[in-house]
Amino acid sequence: MSAQIRVLLAKVGLDGHDRGVKVVARTLRDGGMDVVYTGLHRTPEEVVTAAVQEDVDILGVSLLSGVQMTVFPKIFALLKEKNVEDMIVVAGGVMPDEDVVELKKMGVAEVLLQDTPPQQIIDTLTGLVEARGAR
Amino acid sequence: MSRPYIPSIDMIGPASAGETWAIARLISRAEAGVPEVRSAMGEIYRRAGRAHVIGITGVPGSGKSTMVGKLVRKLRDQGQRVAVVAIDPSSPYSGGSILGDRIRMSDLVMDPHVFIRSMATRGAVGGMAHAALDVVDVLDIGGFDKIIIETVGVGQDEVEIAKSSHTTVVVSAPGLGDEIQAIKAGILEIADIHVVSKCDRSDANRTMTDLKMMLKDGVGQALTRGWVPPVLGTSSLNEEGFDDLVAAFDKHLTALDGPAGEARRAQISAFRLKKATETLMLERLRRDGAFDTYTPRVAARETDPYAAATAIADAFSRI
Repeated sequence: MSAQIRVLLAKVGLDGHDRGVKVVARTLRDGGMDVVYTGLHRTPEEVVTAAVQEDVDILGVSLLSGVQMTVFPKIFALLKEKNVEDMIVVAGGVMPDEDVVELKKMGVAEVLLQDTPPQQIIDTLTGLVEARGAR
Repeated sequence: MSRPYIPSIDMIGPASAGETWAIARLISRAEAGVPEVRSAMGEIYRRAGRAHVIGITGVPGSGKSTMVGKLVRKLRDQGQRVAVVAIDPSSPYSGGSILGDRIRMSDLVMDPHVFIRSMATRGAVGGMAHAALDVVDVLDIGGFDKIIIETVGVGQDEVEIAKSSHTTVVVSAPGLGDEIQAIKAGILEIADIHVVSKCDRSDANRTMTDLKMMLKDGVGQALTRGWVPPVLGTSSLNEEGFDDLVAAFDKHLTALDGPAGEARRAQISAFRLKKATETLMLERLRRDGAFDTYTPRVAARETDPYAAATAIADAFSRI
Protein backbone atom coordinates (compact mmCIF):
# COMPACT_ATOMS: atom_id res chain seq x y z
CA MET A 1 0.00 0.00 0.00
CA SER A 2 1.72 3.17 -1.17
CA ALA A 3 1.20 6.56 0.37
CA GLN A 4 -1.89 8.15 -1.04
CA ILE A 5 -1.92 11.91 -1.50
CA ARG A 6 -3.97 13.63 1.19
CA VAL A 7 -5.37 17.09 0.57
CA LEU A 8 -7.31 19.42 2.83
CA LEU A 9 -9.52 21.92 1.05
CA ALA A 10 -10.70 24.93 2.98
CA LYS A 11 -12.73 28.06 2.54
CA VAL A 12 -11.57 30.87 4.78
CA GLY A 13 -13.49 33.91 5.96
CA LEU A 14 -16.81 35.26 4.86
CA ASP A 15 -16.64 33.93 1.32
CA GLY A 16 -19.77 31.81 0.91
CA HIS A 17 -19.21 30.40 -2.56
CA ASP A 18 -18.16 26.76 -2.34
CA ARG A 19 -19.37 25.42 -5.68
CA GLY A 20 -15.86 25.65 -7.09
CA VAL A 21 -14.07 24.03 -4.18
CA LYS A 22 -16.56 21.17 -4.20
CA VAL A 23 -15.89 20.57 -7.88
CA VAL A 24 -12.17 20.55 -7.12
CA ALA A 25 -12.75 18.09 -4.24
CA ARG A 26 -14.61 15.77 -6.56
CA THR A 27 -11.89 16.14 -9.22
CA LEU A 28 -9.16 15.20 -6.75
CA ARG A 29 -11.16 12.26 -5.45
CA ASP A 30 -11.50 11.02 -9.00
CA GLY A 31 -7.75 11.53 -9.30
CA GLY A 32 -7.29 9.01 -6.49
CA MET A 33 -6.58 11.40 -3.63
CA ASP A 34 -8.06 11.51 -0.12
CA VAL A 35 -9.72 14.89 0.25
CA VAL A 36 -10.70 16.37 3.59
CA TYR A 37 -13.20 19.18 3.20
CA THR A 38 -13.77 21.48 6.15
CA GLY A 39 -16.78 23.49 5.02
CA LEU A 40 -17.37 27.22 4.78
CA HIS A 41 -16.39 30.18 6.98
CA ARG A 42 -13.30 28.79 8.66
CA THR A 43 -10.61 30.86 10.33
CA PRO A 44 -6.93 30.39 9.41
CA GLU A 45 -6.41 28.91 12.91
CA GLU A 46 -9.12 26.30 12.36
CA VAL A 47 -7.83 25.41 8.93
CA VAL A 48 -4.23 24.99 10.04
CA THR A 49 -5.19 22.99 13.13
CA ALA A 50 -7.26 20.63 10.99
CA ALA A 51 -4.51 20.33 8.37
CA VAL A 52 -1.90 19.49 11.01
CA GLN A 53 -4.09 16.83 12.67
CA GLU A 54 -4.94 15.37 9.29
CA ASP A 55 -1.26 15.62 8.29
CA VAL A 56 -2.20 16.39 4.71
CA ASP A 57 0.40 16.65 1.97
CA ILE A 58 -1.34 19.68 0.55
CA LEU A 59 -3.33 22.44 2.18
CA GLY A 60 -5.52 24.01 -0.48
CA VAL A 61 -7.23 27.28 0.33
CA SER A 62 -9.93 28.55 -1.98
CA LEU A 63 -10.62 32.24 -1.96
CA LEU A 64 -13.00 34.34 -4.02
CA SER A 65 -13.28 37.24 -1.63
CA GLY A 66 -9.97 39.01 -2.19
CA VAL A 67 -8.50 38.50 1.28
CA GLN A 68 -5.58 36.33 0.16
CA MET A 69 -2.89 38.81 1.19
CA THR A 70 -4.20 38.71 4.78
CA VAL A 71 -4.96 35.00 5.01
CA PHE A 72 -1.80 33.37 3.65
CA PRO A 73 0.73 35.15 5.90
CA LYS A 74 -1.36 33.97 8.86
CA ILE A 75 -1.39 30.41 7.56
CA PHE A 76 2.38 30.30 7.16
CA ALA A 77 2.92 31.79 10.63
CA LEU A 78 0.61 29.19 12.17
CA LEU A 79 2.27 26.30 10.34
CA LYS A 80 5.64 27.45 11.65
CA GLU A 81 4.26 27.79 15.16
CA LYS A 82 2.95 24.22 15.01
CA ASN A 83 6.29 22.86 13.84
CA VAL A 84 4.92 21.85 10.45
CA GLU A 85 7.01 23.46 7.78
CA ASP A 86 6.89 20.75 5.14
CA MET A 87 3.22 21.17 4.25
CA ILE A 88 2.61 22.27 0.67
CA VAL A 89 0.28 25.26 0.53
CA VAL A 90 -1.72 25.89 -2.62
CA ALA A 91 -4.10 28.76 -3.37
CA GLY A 92 -7.13 28.56 -5.59
CA GLY A 93 -9.78 30.94 -6.84
CA VAL A 94 -9.88 34.34 -8.44
CA MET A 95 -7.13 36.83 -7.66
CA PRO A 96 -5.05 39.55 -9.34
CA ASP A 97 -1.79 38.65 -11.11
CA GLU A 98 0.30 40.84 -8.81
CA ASP A 99 -1.04 38.93 -5.80
CA VAL A 100 -0.06 35.65 -7.43
CA VAL A 101 3.53 36.90 -7.65
CA GLU A 102 3.50 37.99 -4.00
CA LEU A 103 1.91 34.75 -2.77
CA LYS A 104 4.58 32.68 -4.47
CA LYS A 105 7.29 34.81 -2.84
CA MET A 106 5.58 34.13 0.48
CA GLY A 107 5.83 30.36 -0.02
CA VAL A 108 2.58 29.41 -1.74
CA ALA A 109 3.67 26.51 -3.96
CA GLU A 110 1.12 27.11 -6.69
CA VAL A 111 -1.81 29.37 -7.44
CA LEU A 112 -4.55 27.67 -9.45
CA LEU A 113 -6.84 30.28 -10.94
CA GLN A 114 -10.44 29.91 -12.03
CA ASP A 115 -9.76 28.62 -15.54
CA THR A 116 -7.43 25.75 -14.59
CA PRO A 117 -8.56 22.50 -16.26
CA PRO A 118 -9.30 19.64 -13.83
CA GLN A 119 -6.55 17.34 -15.10
CA GLN A 120 -4.03 20.14 -14.70
CA ILE A 121 -5.03 20.52 -11.05
CA ILE A 122 -4.43 16.81 -10.45
CA ASP A 123 -1.11 16.87 -12.32
CA THR A 124 0.09 19.99 -10.52
CA LEU A 125 -0.64 18.62 -7.05
CA THR A 126 0.82 15.20 -7.87
CA GLY A 127 3.96 16.91 -9.20
CA LEU A 128 4.33 19.01 -6.06
CA VAL A 129 4.10 15.95 -3.80
CA GLU A 130 6.54 13.97 -5.94
CA ALA A 131 9.01 16.84 -5.91
CA ARG A 132 8.82 17.00 -2.13
CA GLY A 133 9.61 13.29 -1.74
CA ALA A 134 9.04 11.04 1.27
CA ARG A 135 8.16 12.71 4.54
CA MET B 1 9.42 24.24 2.91
CA SER B 2 11.31 21.05 3.38
CA ARG B 3 12.99 19.41 6.29
CA PRO B 4 15.00 16.24 6.76
CA TYR B 5 13.17 12.95 7.14
CA ILE B 6 12.61 12.24 10.82
CA PRO B 7 12.80 8.50 11.56
CA SER B 8 9.54 7.14 13.01
CA ILE B 9 11.28 5.78 16.08
CA ASP B 10 12.44 9.31 16.94
CA MET B 11 8.85 10.56 16.82
CA ILE B 12 7.65 8.31 19.62
CA GLY B 13 9.04 10.69 22.25
CA PRO B 14 7.33 13.83 20.94
CA ALA B 15 4.12 11.86 20.21
CA SER B 16 4.07 10.60 23.80
CA ALA B 17 4.48 14.19 24.95
CA GLY B 18 1.32 15.02 23.01
CA GLU B 19 2.98 16.86 20.10
CA THR B 20 0.30 17.00 17.41
CA TRP B 21 2.71 17.05 14.46
CA ALA B 22 4.41 13.84 15.62
CA ILE B 23 1.14 12.02 16.35
CA ALA B 24 -0.24 13.09 12.98
CA ARG B 25 2.85 12.07 11.04
CA LEU B 26 3.13 8.67 12.71
CA ILE B 27 -0.51 8.07 11.80
CA SER B 28 0.21 8.92 8.15
CA ARG B 29 3.15 6.55 8.02
CA ALA B 30 1.19 3.76 9.70
CA GLU B 31 -1.63 4.27 7.22
CA ALA B 32 0.75 4.26 4.26
CA GLY B 33 2.35 1.09 5.65
CA VAL B 34 5.88 2.29 4.95
CA PRO B 35 8.29 -0.48 6.08
CA GLU B 36 10.31 2.03 8.08
CA VAL B 37 7.42 2.62 10.49
CA ARG B 38 6.92 -1.01 11.50
CA SER B 39 9.51 -1.27 14.25
CA ALA B 40 8.28 2.02 15.69
CA MET B 41 4.71 0.68 15.60
CA GLY B 42 5.92 -2.35 17.52
CA GLU B 43 7.30 -0.13 20.24
CA ILE B 44 4.12 1.96 20.21
CA TYR B 45 1.98 -1.16 20.55
CA ARG B 46 3.97 -2.27 23.59
CA ARG B 47 3.46 1.11 25.23
CA ALA B 48 -0.23 1.47 24.33
CA GLY B 49 -3.27 -0.14 25.95
CA ARG B 50 -4.34 2.57 28.32
CA ALA B 51 -7.12 4.31 26.38
CA HIS B 52 -10.78 3.34 26.30
CA VAL B 53 -11.59 2.58 22.67
CA ILE B 54 -15.21 3.18 21.70
CA GLY B 55 -16.57 2.08 18.33
CA ILE B 56 -19.59 3.86 16.91
CA THR B 57 -21.39 2.30 13.99
CA GLY B 58 -24.75 2.43 12.26
CA VAL B 59 -26.46 2.80 8.93
CA PRO B 60 -25.61 5.80 6.69
CA GLY B 61 -27.52 8.89 7.75
CA SER B 62 -28.25 7.61 11.24
CA GLY B 63 -26.60 10.69 12.66
CA LYS B 64 -23.27 9.22 13.77
CA SER B 65 -21.01 12.19 13.05
CA THR B 66 -23.31 14.77 14.59
CA MET B 67 -23.72 12.53 17.61
CA VAL B 68 -19.97 12.09 17.96
CA GLY B 69 -19.58 15.86 17.93
CA LYS B 70 -22.01 16.25 20.85
CA LEU B 71 -20.51 13.29 22.65
CA VAL B 72 -16.98 14.66 22.48
CA ARG B 73 -18.20 17.93 23.94
CA LYS B 74 -19.70 15.99 26.87
CA LEU B 75 -16.52 14.01 27.46
CA ARG B 76 -14.50 17.22 27.36
CA ASP B 77 -16.76 18.68 30.06
CA GLN B 78 -15.55 15.79 32.22
CA GLY B 79 -11.97 16.77 31.48
CA GLN B 80 -11.16 13.77 29.30
CA ARG B 81 -8.84 14.06 26.31
CA VAL B 82 -10.63 12.72 23.28
CA ALA B 83 -9.49 11.53 19.86
CA VAL B 84 -11.83 10.72 16.99
CA VAL B 85 -10.99 8.50 14.04
CA ALA B 86 -13.67 9.25 11.45
CA ILE B 87 -13.85 6.77 8.60
CA ASP B 88 -15.41 7.49 5.22
CA PRO B 89 -15.53 5.28 2.13
CA SER B 90 -12.92 5.24 -0.63
CA SER B 91 -14.13 5.31 -4.20
CA PRO B 92 -14.05 1.77 -5.59
CA TYR B 93 -13.05 3.26 -8.96
CA SER B 94 -10.38 5.89 -8.34
CA GLY B 95 -9.32 4.89 -4.82
CA GLY B 96 -9.86 8.51 -3.80
CA SER B 97 -12.24 9.79 -1.17
CA ILE B 98 -13.98 12.83 0.19
CA LEU B 99 -13.69 12.89 3.97
CA GLY B 100 -16.41 15.14 5.28
CA ASP B 101 -17.09 14.01 8.85
CA ARG B 102 -15.06 16.92 10.24
CA ILE B 103 -17.65 19.39 9.03
CA ARG B 104 -20.10 18.14 11.66
CA MET B 105 -17.51 18.46 14.41
CA SER B 106 -16.15 21.86 13.45
CA ASP B 107 -16.85 23.49 16.81
CA LEU B 108 -14.33 21.10 18.41
CA VAL B 109 -11.37 21.98 16.23
CA MET B 110 -9.87 24.66 18.40
CA ASP B 111 -9.89 22.54 21.56
CA PRO B 112 -6.26 21.43 22.11
CA HIS B 113 -7.43 18.28 23.89
CA VAL B 114 -9.42 17.04 20.93
CA PHE B 115 -7.77 15.35 17.97
CA ILE B 116 -9.80 14.46 14.90
CA ARG B 117 -8.41 12.32 12.13
CA SER B 118 -10.24 11.35 8.94
CA MET B 119 -9.46 8.07 7.24
CA ALA B 120 -10.62 6.39 4.06
CA THR B 121 -11.49 2.70 3.91
CA ARG B 122 -9.01 1.96 1.08
CA GLY B 123 -10.87 -1.18 0.16
CA ALA B 124 -11.02 -2.52 3.71
CA VAL B 125 -14.32 -4.17 4.57
CA GLY B 126 -16.37 -4.14 7.72
CA GLY B 127 -16.77 -0.38 8.00
CA MET B 128 -13.17 0.01 9.14
CA ALA B 129 -10.14 1.55 7.51
CA HIS B 130 -6.90 -0.17 6.73
CA ALA B 131 -4.55 0.43 9.68
CA ALA B 132 -7.27 2.02 11.84
CA LEU B 133 -6.04 0.09 14.86
CA ASP B 134 -2.43 1.17 14.37
CA VAL B 135 -3.79 4.69 14.38
CA VAL B 136 -5.57 3.95 17.66
CA ASP B 137 -2.25 2.85 19.21
CA VAL B 138 -0.56 6.10 18.21
CA LEU B 139 -3.42 8.11 19.73
CA ASP B 140 -3.21 5.93 22.83
CA ILE B 141 0.44 6.81 23.50
CA GLY B 142 -0.47 10.40 22.60
CA GLY B 143 -2.35 10.47 25.89
CA PHE B 144 -5.96 10.43 24.78
CA ASP B 145 -8.30 8.92 27.39
CA LYS B 146 -11.13 8.10 25.03
CA ILE B 147 -10.60 7.14 21.40
CA ILE B 148 -13.76 7.09 19.34
CA ILE B 149 -13.77 5.19 16.06
CA GLU B 150 -16.65 6.27 13.85
CA THR B 151 -17.13 3.67 11.11
CA VAL B 152 -18.48 4.32 7.67
CA GLY B 153 -22.23 3.96 7.42
CA VAL B 154 -22.71 0.22 7.43
CA GLY B 155 -25.44 -2.23 6.60
CA GLN B 156 -26.07 -5.51 8.30
CA ASP B 157 -22.92 -7.48 8.34
CA GLU B 158 -20.05 -5.10 9.00
CA VAL B 159 -19.13 -6.14 12.47
CA GLU B 160 -15.34 -5.74 12.54
CA ILE B 161 -15.66 -2.70 14.77
CA ALA B 162 -16.82 -4.97 17.61
CA LYS B 163 -13.58 -6.93 17.35
CA SER B 164 -11.59 -3.70 17.50
CA SER B 165 -13.11 -1.67 20.31
CA HIS B 166 -13.71 -2.10 24.02
CA THR B 167 -17.21 -0.66 23.82
CA THR B 168 -19.34 -0.83 20.69
CA VAL B 169 -22.22 1.57 20.17
CA VAL B 170 -24.75 0.82 17.43
CA VAL B 171 -26.74 3.84 16.34
CA SER B 172 -30.22 3.32 14.95
CA ALA B 173 -32.36 6.07 13.54
CA PRO B 174 -36.12 6.24 14.00
CA GLY B 175 -38.32 5.25 11.13
CA LEU B 176 -36.53 2.06 10.24
CA GLY B 177 -38.91 -0.01 12.32
CA ASP B 178 -39.71 -2.49 9.62
CA GLU B 179 -36.05 -3.19 9.11
CA ILE B 180 -35.44 -3.97 12.74
CA GLN B 181 -36.74 -7.46 12.24
CA ALA B 182 -34.66 -7.98 9.15
CA ILE B 183 -31.37 -6.95 10.67
CA LYS B 184 -31.64 -8.53 14.04
CA ALA B 185 -29.14 -11.21 13.22
CA GLY B 186 -26.66 -8.68 11.90
CA ILE B 187 -25.15 -5.53 13.22
CA LEU B 188 -27.55 -5.15 16.15
CA GLU B 189 -26.00 -8.20 17.74
CA ILE B 190 -22.65 -6.55 18.31
CA ALA B 191 -23.89 -3.61 20.37
CA ASP B 192 -22.73 -3.09 23.93
CA ILE B 193 -24.86 0.03 23.91
CA HIS B 194 -27.79 0.79 21.61
CA VAL B 195 -28.48 4.40 20.77
CA VAL B 196 -31.58 5.62 19.01
CA SER B 197 -30.65 8.97 17.52
CA LYS B 198 -32.94 11.81 16.48
CA CYS B 199 -35.17 11.25 19.51
CA ASP B 200 -36.74 14.63 18.88
CA ARG B 201 -38.77 12.77 16.25
CA SER B 202 -42.11 11.33 17.24
CA ASP B 203 -41.44 7.85 15.93
CA ALA B 204 -38.29 7.40 18.06
CA ASN B 205 -40.18 5.70 20.89
CA ARG B 206 -41.36 3.00 18.55
CA THR B 207 -37.75 2.25 17.52
CA MET B 208 -36.65 2.12 21.14
CA THR B 209 -39.46 -0.27 21.98
CA ASP B 210 -38.56 -2.48 19.00
CA LEU B 211 -34.96 -2.67 20.14
CA LYS B 212 -35.89 -3.46 23.72
CA MET B 213 -38.25 -6.20 22.54
CA MET B 214 -35.51 -7.62 20.36
CA LEU B 215 -33.12 -7.74 23.31
CA LYS B 216 -35.78 -9.38 25.46
CA ASP B 217 -36.16 -12.07 22.81
CA GLY B 218 -32.56 -12.95 23.47
CA VAL B 219 -31.12 -11.57 20.27
CA GLY B 220 -27.94 -9.59 20.70
CA GLN B 221 -26.04 -11.35 23.43
CA ALA B 222 -23.33 -8.84 23.98
CA LEU B 223 -19.69 -9.76 23.56
CA THR B 224 -19.21 -8.76 27.15
CA ARG B 225 -20.52 -11.62 29.27
CA GLY B 226 -22.93 -10.59 32.01
CA TRP B 227 -23.64 -7.27 30.36
CA VAL B 228 -27.13 -6.32 29.25
CA PRO B 229 -26.94 -3.73 26.46
CA PRO B 230 -28.94 -0.64 27.38
CA VAL B 231 -31.14 1.12 24.83
CA LEU B 232 -30.61 4.88 25.06
CA GLY B 233 -32.18 7.74 23.18
CA THR B 234 -30.27 10.84 22.11
CA SER B 235 -31.22 14.02 20.33
CA SER B 236 -28.31 15.93 18.82
CA LEU B 237 -30.77 18.69 17.93
CA ASN B 238 -31.82 19.26 21.55
CA GLU B 239 -28.55 17.96 23.03
CA GLU B 240 -30.43 15.39 25.09
CA GLY B 241 -29.44 11.95 26.29
CA PHE B 242 -25.69 12.40 26.24
CA ASP B 243 -25.23 12.32 30.01
CA ASP B 244 -26.80 8.86 30.07
CA LEU B 245 -24.65 7.75 27.17
CA VAL B 246 -21.42 8.87 28.85
CA ALA B 247 -22.56 7.17 32.07
CA ALA B 248 -23.14 3.96 30.09
CA PHE B 249 -19.53 4.12 28.80
CA ASP B 250 -18.27 4.24 32.39
CA LYS B 251 -20.52 1.37 33.43
CA HIS B 252 -19.37 -0.76 30.54
CA LEU B 253 -15.75 0.03 31.30
CA THR B 254 -16.34 -1.16 34.85
CA ALA B 255 -17.98 -4.33 33.51
CA LEU B 256 -14.79 -4.92 31.51
CA ASP B 257 -12.67 -4.93 34.66
CA GLY B 258 -13.13 -8.63 35.37
CA PRO B 259 -12.81 -11.81 33.27
CA ALA B 260 -15.27 -10.42 30.71
CA GLY B 261 -12.77 -7.68 29.93
CA GLU B 262 -9.90 -10.11 29.63
CA ALA B 263 -11.90 -12.13 27.12
CA ARG B 264 -12.70 -8.98 25.19
CA ARG B 265 -9.09 -7.85 25.08
CA ALA B 266 -7.95 -11.32 24.04
CA GLN B 267 -10.46 -11.20 21.20
CA ILE B 268 -9.12 -7.84 20.05
CA SER B 269 -5.55 -9.15 20.13
CA ALA B 270 -6.51 -12.25 18.17
CA PHE B 271 -8.26 -10.11 15.58
CA ARG B 272 -5.25 -7.84 15.19
CA LEU B 273 -2.84 -10.71 14.84
CA LYS B 274 -5.05 -12.22 12.16
CA LYS B 275 -5.33 -8.91 10.30
CA ALA B 276 -1.59 -8.27 10.48
CA THR B 277 -0.86 -11.75 9.18
CA GLU B 278 -3.31 -11.32 6.31
CA THR B 279 -1.79 -7.99 5.40
CA LEU B 280 1.75 -9.35 5.32
CA MET B 281 0.80 -12.49 3.42
CA LEU B 282 -1.12 -10.57 0.79
CA GLU B 283 1.75 -8.12 0.48
CA ARG B 284 4.24 -10.93 -0.11
CA LEU B 285 1.98 -12.76 -2.53
CA ARG B 286 1.50 -9.57 -4.53
CA ARG B 287 5.22 -8.89 -4.52
CA ASP B 288 6.01 -12.42 -5.60
CA GLY B 289 3.55 -12.09 -8.46
CA ALA B 290 1.43 -15.07 -7.39
CA PHE B 291 -1.78 -13.36 -8.45
CA ASP B 292 -0.30 -12.17 -11.75
CA THR B 293 0.70 -15.75 -12.55
CA TYR B 294 -2.66 -17.32 -11.89
CA THR B 295 -5.17 -14.59 -12.81
CA PRO B 296 -4.85 -15.04 -16.61
CA ARG B 297 -5.14 -18.81 -16.25
CA VAL B 298 -8.29 -18.46 -14.17
CA ALA B 299 -9.64 -15.97 -16.70
CA ALA B 300 -8.95 -18.44 -19.53
CA ARG B 301 -10.66 -21.16 -17.46
CA GLU B 302 -7.54 -23.34 -17.64
CA THR B 303 -7.82 -23.60 -13.91
CA ASP B 304 -10.42 -22.54 -11.35
CA PRO B 305 -10.11 -19.98 -8.54
CA TYR B 306 -10.10 -22.61 -5.82
CA ALA B 307 -7.39 -24.75 -7.44
CA ALA B 308 -5.26 -21.68 -8.13
CA ALA B 309 -5.69 -20.51 -4.54
CA THR B 310 -4.71 -23.97 -3.30
CA ALA B 311 -1.52 -23.81 -5.38
CA ILE B 312 -0.73 -20.34 -4.03
CA ALA B 313 -1.40 -21.41 -0.45
CA ASP B 314 0.68 -24.58 -0.84
CA ALA B 315 3.61 -22.60 -2.22
CA PHE B 316 3.24 -20.17 0.66
CA SER B 317 3.28 -22.77 3.40
CA ARG B 318 6.57 -24.13 2.02
CA ILE B 319 8.29 -20.74 2.45
